[in-house]
Amino acid sequence: MHAPRRHTVDAPAAWSAALVAAAAAIVGLFIVVPLAAVFAEAFADGASAWWAALVHDPDTRHAIWLSLTVAPVAVAVNTIFGVAAAWLIARFRFPGRSLLISLVDVPFSVSPVVAGLALVLIFGRLGLLGPTLAWLQWKIIFAWPGLVLATTFVTLPLVVRELIPVMEAIGPDEEMAAVSLGAGGWQVFTRITLPNIRWALLHGIVLANARAMGEFGAVYVVSGHIAGATDTMPLRVEKLFQEYRTPASMAVASVLAGLALVTLVAKFVIERRMEAESRDLAAARTVEDSPSQDNLQGSAA
Amino acid sequence: MTAPKPSMIAFASPAATPSLRQPSGGGVRDASRPRRRRQAAVLPGFGTSAAITSLVMTCLVILPLAVLVFKAASLGPAGFLAAAWTPRARAAYAVSLSASFLASVASSLMGLLVAWVLVRVPFPGRRILDALVDVPLALPTAVAGLVYSSLYVEKGWLGRFLVPAGIKGAYSFLGIVLVLVFVSLPFAVRVVQPVIESLDRESEEAARILGASRLQTFLRVVLPALLPAVVTGFALSLARALGEYGSVVFISGNMPFKTEIAPVLIVSRLEEYAYAEATAIAVVLLALSIVLLVVVNALQQRLAASSH
Repeated sequence: MHAPRRHTVDAPAAWSAALVAAAAAIVGLFIVVPLAAVFAEAFADGASAWWAALVHDPDTRHAIWLSLTVAPVAVAVNTIFGVAAAWLIARFRFPGRSLLISLVDVPFSVSPVVAGLALVLIFGRLGLLGPTLAWLQWKIIFAWPGLVLATTFVTLPLVVRELIPVMEAIGPDEEMAAVSLGAGGWQVFTRITLPNIRWALLHGIVLANARAMGEFGAVYVVSGHIAGATDTMPLRVEKLFQEYRTPASMAVASVLAGLALVTLVAKFVIERRMEAESRDLAAARTVEDSPSQDNLQGSAA
Repeated sequence: MTAPKPSMIAFASPAATPSLRQPSGGGVRDASRPRRRRQAAVLPGFGTSAAITSLVMTCLVILPLAVLVFKAASLGPAGFLAAAWTPRARAAYAVSLSASFLASVASSLMGLLVAWVLVRVPFPGRRILDALVDVPLALPTAVAGLVYSSLYVEKGWLGRFLVPAGIKGAYSFLGIVLVLVFVSLPFAVRVVQPVIESLDRESEEAARILGASRLQTFLRVVLPALLPAVVTGFALSLARALGEYGSVVFISGNMPFKTEIAPVLIVSRLEEYAYAEATAIAVVLLALSIVLLVVVNALQQRLAASSH
């Protein structure tokens, strides 16, 4: 590799500056200004008004509590599913594997409203399982379980898609070695796989959580948006907006925006760790393939 | 072999996987034994993972969507058409498709510019700009919709300049496009960014040395190499924009025949207990989504293949 040299195609400073200005203007207009506006409007009447809007309204308090109970459950289900599906897809080859991979992506491309409607068609009063659920007196639509189902649906691909590339890049060697040395399935998973995928897993969980807390469309359809009962935080934002209570709406929105910023910071930190680990992995692989090791392998054959 | 750079747009398709590492188990491999059985016999957990995966996929994805399609099919072809092709529905499709298309074009172009700057132009604060691009992926769509509408109304930070100039960003078609650009921008940037990073600068240098102007170099050498990625970003943006609900609901005013998108119409019919109509329109949207999903997957596979 040659030493870094100044490229003859480097653009003149004025042109580069113009490009940077344009990019900054785009990001500024579409992303920064709105983000700043959320916090500015939320705190326009001062911090105590902001706090009052969040805490003194029982329906808002309930919405916060509801979001905090729905999202983690959805994320937990998706984590279990994500690990299982990633293990299946990354470690085995079987007929229908490609189809499964495509199916896993479906929740990403389907409109959340369509997803919510599909759930209503199964679990709603007039739906497929409607009479059965009525007989069992289980409420799914217009109740907490429905919110969890809808949220789980829309966040389904997030953890799997994080894990599969990492598991495939790492390869099954370590796990196979463990099995050949007599480790049981669970041992292999907890001692070998989990430490290898922990950052990717964490990344997926962080993203899934952000998506779960912010989900609107699917939850809107299945919740019946009953204030004080089935309104999550995003739905509460909408309801307050409809009632022309914009400052209160902004207050709740600012909490969600704050969560988004925390998510981004966490994501940034995790990605740095992941990149460091992948660099270490590449370095280790180079050592493995070096000539001194080949002699050992040759003698073992 | 390095793990792929983490990305929220990362996909898992067969073409994207690094070369399959066959279990070697050490020693001479027995060619008479079929590979698949050897692999399944060595690594545990196939049964458990397959059971969990099938259970969740069936209950949560396959069954709901199958019921949706079945319900629509039970209307019969005439009934389905009557429900999915009403004048109001046609208007909704038109609004959805045109707004999504315009937003995706804008996103793709702006995304290309932003990605180019992030990769090629060193400037202070580049890391921050890079992180900011991901905001729409983390921010709830309802928050985006709320704040966009408050920015562009007459008294808003931006509206106070734009509305007198005749640019109505709130409760208008423009508002829908603006908010769809917001939600799709990260997709447009993140798909093109890695491709720009892996561009072969020597081709550009060769063109410059042979006398091409900067513009010629960009148009004839760089752009053709980036085009597949830009097209993929466009398709991803389109898919994202078509299904968007939360943000549009705040900013469009949801006026039937004018600013009502298809998802809003579905919810509207649902709230009036017109399940048949809602289902039919949902199936149309679903079909569109599936087609786009197939197209995007194919594009992404080609992108991955061409980068090797």
